[in-house]
Amino acid sequence: MAGLEQYLKTNAAGDLLAWGKQVEAAECFGLSLAAVEEAIFAAGLLPARYQRNRQMISTAQQQQLFRSKVVVIGAGGLGGYILEQLARLGVGQIVTIDDDVFEENNLNRQLLSSPADLGRVKVEVAAERIAVINPAVTVTPVRALCGRDNGTALLAGADCVVDAVDNVTARLELAELCGELAIPLVHGAIAGWYGHVATILPGERSLHTLYRHWQGGKGVEQQLGNPSFTPATAASLEVAEVCKLLLGQGRLLRGRQLTFNLFDMEVDEIPL
Amino acid sequence: MQITVKLFATFRTGRFDIEARDYPEGTTVAAIVDDLGLPREQLGILMINGRHVDLTRVLAAGETLAIFPLVGGG
Repeated sequence: MAGLEQYLKTNAAGDLLAWGKQVEAAECFGLSLAAVEEAIFAAGLLPARYQRNRQMISTAQQQQLFRSKVVVIGAGGLGGYILEQLARLGVGQIVTIDDDVFEENNLNRQLLSSPADLGRVKVEVAAERIAVINPAVTVTPVRALCGRDNGTALLAGADCVVDAVDNVTARLELAELCGELAIPLVHGAIAGWYGHVATILPGERSLHTLYRHWQGGKGVEQQLGNPSFTPATAASLEVAEVCKLLLGQGRLLRGRQLTFNLFDMEVDEIPL
Repeated sequence: MQITVKLFATFRTGRFDIEARDYPEGTTVAAIVDDLGLPREQLGILMINGRHVDLTRVLAAGETLAIFPLVGGG
């Protein structure tokens, strides 16, 4: 690939390689956009689309994100925003898992939903969206519920799992699975104006502490529903945790839960 | 005895954010939850002075009980 490296270096502006040149390189050398992106990083260059990241994420860290695999469970309210942000952040491998199709009552909040896509499989729409916004990302859509039976296979190789499901049963099961597989889990949940986020590392039982009074039903989201801005808030907090986990930097929401109340505009930290 | 009760999120609606309330000696968390009409199945987090507790915990004078509803949507 000496020819490719030369091509990339010749066509870089400073250490930035423009998207058009990345596409050109893929065509010239018969490679995928992901393979060219790998070569861009190997040459010490930065894809120009990440230039506004670079004051907080170095080129080496951007490469680290590109080489990371994140599995997002759920492609609804939380999941839509999480998938969008992970792809824009530059996480190279994204697995989106959900068994549902879009319904009209999703349109008030789910980023991936639109009238034209009602009835379509959520993870398929998610894969299309990621291919549009960052075609160098490898996205794997899985139409399934992630559970005990298939979880080990679905989560294999993940650097991090993101909880974007809509019920406590699935969350506790996911926490068990991630614990067994030694994969960090970023948890988020919402209801109306309210939500919370926490990060659970292997060996920690903080999600079980968080839901220790759960009796088996739904939370107050059953009465409140969810507006557009609450999933976006929780999803953004979750992606910030994923970014720090993948880069091994910053202070994680570990052993603590951040709760937010957008009605009174209050944020609380709860030890777990 | 006086107990400070802090309510969060939906539990504030029609009640209060924070209130100093009088309860008899030996009052449990469950008794306060029921006194405030908080549905048991909606309970998320219960904490006294920043530590997680169960419904059976007996309160001592001057303690602060914080009650959060269960949030589980996505």
